[in-house]
Amino acid sequence: MTAITENESHDRLVPLYILSSLVENKPGVLFRITNLFRARNFNIESITVGSTEMPDLSRMTITTKSDERTVDQLVKQLRKLIDVVEVTVLDKERTVYRELALIKMKAIDPPIRMEIINYASIFRANVLDIAKENILVEITGTPDKIDAFKNLVTHYGIIQMARTGVSALPRG
Amino acid sequence: MEMNGARALLAALEKDGVDIVFGLPGGANLPIYDALVDSGLRHILVRHEQSAAHMADGFARIKRKVGVCFATSGPGATNLITGIATAYADSSPVLAVTGQVALAMIGKDAFQETDIIGVANPCTKYAFQPRTAAEIPEMVKKAIYISESGRPGPVLVDIPKDVQQATEDIHFPELVKVRGYNPVLDADFSQIGRTVELLMNSERPIIMAGGGVILSGAFSELQALAELLLIPVVTTFKGKGAFPENHPLAMGPIGMHGHAEANKIIVEADCILAVGARFSDRSVGRFDEFGKGMNIIHMDIDPAEIGKNKLVDVAVVGDVKASLKTLVKMLSKQVIARDKDNSWLRRRKELIDYYSESIKDYTRDLTAKKALKKLREILPSEAITTTEVGQCQMWASLHFDVISPGTFFSSTGLGTMGFGFPASIGAKAARPTVPVVDIAGDGSFNMTENSLAVSVLDNLPVIVFLMNNYMLGMVAQWQRTFYNRRYMGVHQNSCPDYSKIAEAYGAQGIKAQSIEELDKAIRSGLKSDVATVIDITIDPEEDVYPFVAPGTGLKDMITGA
Repeated sequence: MTAITENESHDRLVPLYILSSLVENKPGVLFRITNLFRARNFNIESITVGSTEMPDLSRMTITTKSDERTVDQLVKQLRKLIDVVEVTVLDKERTVYRELALIKMKAIDPPIRMEIINYASIFRANVLDIAKENILVEITGTPDKIDAFKNLVTHYGIIQMARTGVSALPRG
Repeated sequence: MEMNGARALLAALEKDGVDIVFGLPGGANLPIYDALVDSGLRHILVRHEQSAAHMADGFARIKRKVGVCFATSGPGATNLITGIATAYADSSPVLAVTGQVALAMIGKDAFQETDIIGVANPCTKYAFQPRTAAEIPEMVKKAIYISESGRPGPVLVDIPKDVQQATEDIHFPELVKVRGYNPVLDADFSQIGRTVELLMNSERPIIMAGGGVILSGAFSELQALAELLLIPVVTTFKGKGAFPENHPLAMGPIGMHGHAEANKIIVEADCILAVGARFSDRSVGRFDEFGKGMNIIHMDIDPAEIGKNKLVDVAVVGDVKASLKTLVKMLSKQVIARDKDNSWLRRRKELIDYYSESIKDYTRDLTAKKALKKLREILPSEAITTTEVGQCQMWASLHFDVISPGTFFSSTGLGTMGFGFPASIGAKAARPTVPVVDIAGDGSFNMTENSLAVSVLDNLPVIVFLMNNYMLGMVAQWQRTFYNRRYMGVHQNSCPDYSKIAEAYGAQGIKAQSIEELDKAIRSGLKSDVATVIDITIDPEEDVYPFVAPGTGLKDMITGA
């Protein structure tokens, strides 16, 4: 438990940056970008890629916990890639960002099942599946919110979890 | 126009001004070689693909335009990689065209199949793989544009065999646009304004010229700036020859094996103007110590170089030729009364005099230093010199002054042994009218000496100035210095006999064991119409000094000897 606390306090010190980029929608682009992260020792928290309103461009959202100088280098190195058309560091105050998580946890006793369902509703999470011995919950929100819910339910026993990573767009 | 992919490739190259390619055929690029029979391109057949990439690189560095190499799929393509990585580390515009197995076979682990796009990714600016013949002209044009523009670098085009063979209606675009690629070329006026301020207010300014000056051909602009403000000029090793080394303001290269006076003066400066340099560890030593307490101005075409290794006070992003031109123009409007006898220039002179006396030469008749001084004495200033990698390279940096800007290059970033000889052949192809010399060591020359066949058969005579200590000398020096003389894996045991090797290829081989013999050999090499290998016996114990040990700062330089 101490390790987790230390980790959490460390996390609070290192700010989370959200980068939004438009990249060519063609084979090999994701490879080029992830290879850059590896080759230049950048640490990435999450990366999501998906289609945009433009059929030939994909939006890639990258989150990283890092210092300003490293993020500056990351942005410049990304801009250097031919397939990367645009990169911006989003201002978190003026950005809507969300992540989706699917969490399957152990839930055998009925009171525990009720407890989980209550927590889920407080967090505006949806119960997607209930089986004999487990419950599968879908939760959407900022990574902090998902962390909070995860920490809350960890002691029930998380069987499987899948997080999508952050998607983001500027407000206004 | 109806034609197959292979013909479309060659026509696209010719339309962009390519007239020579270095390569080796194989199964997956046979259609390209078939098309070469009818094309106007000059093909230079190499004996190993690595050399093809180095030749294209040497050609590109002298022509300052793209150098092209061909290889087949699989091992042919992977053999190119060392040369491509070399070009990438030194920002040289090389275009590599590889054959690939047929589209339907990709991913089936076919014979001689390699995912060369994946392999080449970290050491190219970009890699293309056309899926139809009709795409080839546009991709080739984009490849050349990307390779030559901005900060230059290698680009790969990997063409599946069936795409080479497919006959389609082919169009050649006049212009191409790559939307994710917009190199900054213009001078940044506001930042240059700040540069003027810092330079005018500094008492001990220094210019540190890097390879970017050579790449953009900003020689006269650099010289105008230095002369206007009377600023001493040091270079990085990549920037060697960006500024005439016999100029009264020249100080030579800094770095691990830099000139002592250059390493010394740069730590005493109060303002550094770094032009087209990237603050590499080999040049500046420890990043945190370098430039401490000084104002640093950084001019570079690549925005990602700003702040990568060193945080700076002013960053001028753009082509350094344009930036320097603007800087000189802005400065000439100011009243500048620099005293030719100021204390900073006196300090420069003092350092040069001090080190020229305190660093003594070995007493033997023939040393690397004496040999290189002799070479400089005889070679015309417009001759091109390149080097192999190791002690020979660092001796060249220390003891061979480049007088005519842009006539020297070396594998400075990747440090590729075997680079110099094939690169010198490429340089000869780019500028056949001047003598080309590869300043070599035995270990490095041994790696690509089979290019002698190319030099002889394709009439590209160069001089291999082989300083032979029968050792992998630089490694031996480190083993002497850091490993208590516990030698391992460094002895070449006088094998082979390099003058006989030269003769076996139909080249001229001359042994030189005294300064007189060396003098004659160089003159003979300059007159020869085949390659000349001058096998110069030097002392295996001759070390390269000064030396800034890895992980230390320039101020910790050991002057040795």
